[in-house]
Amino acid sequence: MAVKTVIEALREGLWEEMKRDERVIVLGEDIGIQGGVFRLTDGFVQEFGEERVIDTPLAESLIVGAAIGAAMNGLKPVAEIQFADFIYPAVDQIINEAAKIRYRSTSNYSCPIVVRAPYGGGIHGGLYHSQSLEALFSHIAGLKVVAPSTPYDAKGLIKAAVRDVDPVIFLEHKKTYRLIKGEVPEGDYVVPLGKADVKRQGKNITVVAYGLMLHYSLEAAEAVSRDGIDVEVVDLRTLRPLDKETLLSSVKKTGKVIIVHEDSKFGGFGAELSATIAEEAFDYLDGPIVRVTAPDVPAMPYSPPLEDYCMPSPEKIAGAIRQLAAY
Amino acid sequence: MAHMRNKAESAGRATKVKTKHKELGLTREKLLDMYEKMLLPRMISERMWRMLRQGKLLFVVSSEGHEATGVGTAYALNMGSDYIVHYYRDLSVVLAAGMTVKDVMLQVFGKADDPSGGGRELPGLFCSSKLRLVSTSSPIAVQLPHAAGIALASKIKGEKIVTITYFGDGATSKGDFHEALNFAGIHKLPVIFVCENNKYAISVPQSKQMAIENVADRAPGYGFPGVVVDGNDVLEVYRAAKEAVERARNGLGPTLIEAKTYRYAPHTSNDDGVRYRTQEEIEEWKKKDPIEKFKQYLKEHGILSEALEKEIRAKLEQQIDEAVDFADKAPLPKPEDALTHVYAEPRR
Ligand SMILES: Cc1ncc(C[n+]2csc(CCOP(=O)(O)OP(=O)(O)O)c2C)c(N)n1
Repeated sequence: MAVKTVIEALREGLWEEMKRDERVIVLGEDIGIQGGVFRLTDGFVQEFGEERVIDTPLAESLIVGAAIGAAMNGLKPVAEIQFADFIYPAVDQIINEAAKIRYRSTSNYSCPIVVRAPYGGGIHGGLYHSQSLEALFSHIAGLKVVAPSTPYDAKGLIKAAVRDVDPVIFLEHKKTYRLIKGEVPEGDYVVPLGKADVKRQGKNITVVAYGLMLHYSLEAAEAVSRDGIDVEVVDLRTLRPLDKETLLSSVKKTGKVIIVHEDSKFGGFGAELSATIAEEAFDYLDGPIVRVTAPDVPAMPYSPPLEDYCMPSPEKIAGAIRQLAAY
Repeated sequence: MAHMRNKAESAGRATKVKTKHKELGLTREKLLDMYEKMLLPRMISERMWRMLRQGKLLFVVSSEGHEATGVGTAYALNMGSDYIVHYYRDLSVVLAAGMTVKDVMLQVFGKADDPSGGGRELPGLFCSSKLRLVSTSSPIAVQLPHAAGIALASKIKGEKIVTITYFGDGATSKGDFHEALNFAGIHKLPVIFVCENNKYAISVPQSKQMAIENVADRAPGYGFPGVVVDGNDVLEVYRAAKEAVERARNGLGPTLIEAKTYRYAPHTSNDDGVRYRTQEEIEEWKKKDPIEKFKQYLKEHGILSEALEKEIRAKLEQQIDEAVDFADKAPLPKPEDALTHVYAEPRR
């Protein structure tokens, strides 16, 4: 099987979907001749033409708003927001429109769009090229939120997102794009939305993560295994709908859980996970639910010591695991 | 500028004004149908205000005064194949598109069988995929990018379908207005933007909304024509809309139509409607009432008589009575109906 990076896998998945279904279009800033600032759509305009690969004006609300309109008229638009940090002008379109169209019209209309957005820090992007926005969108009923971590999942999930009949926010951790490599099968396969994956089996502690943090958690699990702590790592893959079954069965097995995300803590996605675990697996817990997150600052600062301080790392995760194991 | 040319043309036509409808290809039947389509929303609106006072409705948004703008534009479309993206001031458009009075009443009563959405949206926001009446919402101007996107899809699919969208003067201040018109201009999309300029956004007058007199003046900045029309003259509105629809259908791109009109009623039932304007101003506009104006025209041309007018009113009154009765008796949604249609329901 070919070894690919996350971005290669995503590109392949999207490419195959455009080949498979001519209703799929992509639109966003610099995605044409430039192939996107990360080159995810490299070669797309040459293959699929300017009608299906649309370089939009610099207007995020329009990018999502036009995608919504095109979806209501039978196309399958995949909108790219260049960096998740710049999605805010489109949030009205995403939350007030995309998420509510099916509901408000009792399915007279639906809104099968995908909004792709590179997110996440650790790449010296500073305040406005590092943000993690999963909590904002996961809060919204009517949206699905996906955050792949491995190349295999990335390809399978982007395909599932394109084929879904409801709006999907597809969050791609930009540091994983070229850092993370893995085996990716040729041709068509789908990783269904709403299914988590246990990436490492273990007995003592469950670590829940997604995106880049999944890899940091695996590293941490490896490190503490030398001290005899056996960690199970759950990769959520889809944040909404949440695969409670996989999450809770792991927590019930280990009795201890650490949630890792690089978004700040207060009201972060970890809060929902914590509440869910507390509500539905309280009797199984042998220790407090622990969160390893960025501190509560508005965004990730640029200067390396500041950025390092904010980013969760394998070391910080390992530290939290050791502490909880000793509880 | 395009709207100036349009004004000049109208002036030139003044001499042969008597044959205006023939020039527009409108038969007697069509004219009477247009008249009915203007009268119906007016009568429904009046009924809704009455029902609000009776405590039968919780909320009313209406558009008395906007009927010529709605019907004149809607009449230029191919109903059922062209897309309509309306806002809450468009009861006349919605009815012209084929919504029945019963459908309207079910919506404003928030009943379970409301075809627009089972009683989920505020009264005044309609929807029907069958009629290509697109789902719309309360936030101002968000529908403009949708209209551009719908038109984009029609263009990509190679279908000769046009999209029309409606909005108020207040909406033109929002970024979505600019973003949508800019994009539509770039891609020469088959879309018609209709600004129903009624001089106020709730209480804020046009002078505090923009520093220019005509919204239509902005269109050349987006690379397509802007047209100012008397929004109270249904035939002039129709003329402008017809031209715009032809342009769009023939691949020549968008048009911005600014229809100057006025709303008599308060903004909604939550507004008193007089803090920011005088009763005299309202009365002045009522003298230019679009329905009266059209009635005069039809009478002058021997198309409408007092007797026929009475007959039409009685027929519509009866339709409304029946629809109100029907909707009043229709079941309310079950409380737990609130839980459906969040995502596609799994196939059973
Ligand atoms: C984005 C947004 N801001 C504020 C409101 C509250 N609001 C509802 S209608 C309205 C005025 C709209 O005026 P205009 O666009 O001129 O349309 P009109 O009601 O006059 O037809 C306002 C401020 C809203 N619905 N959406």
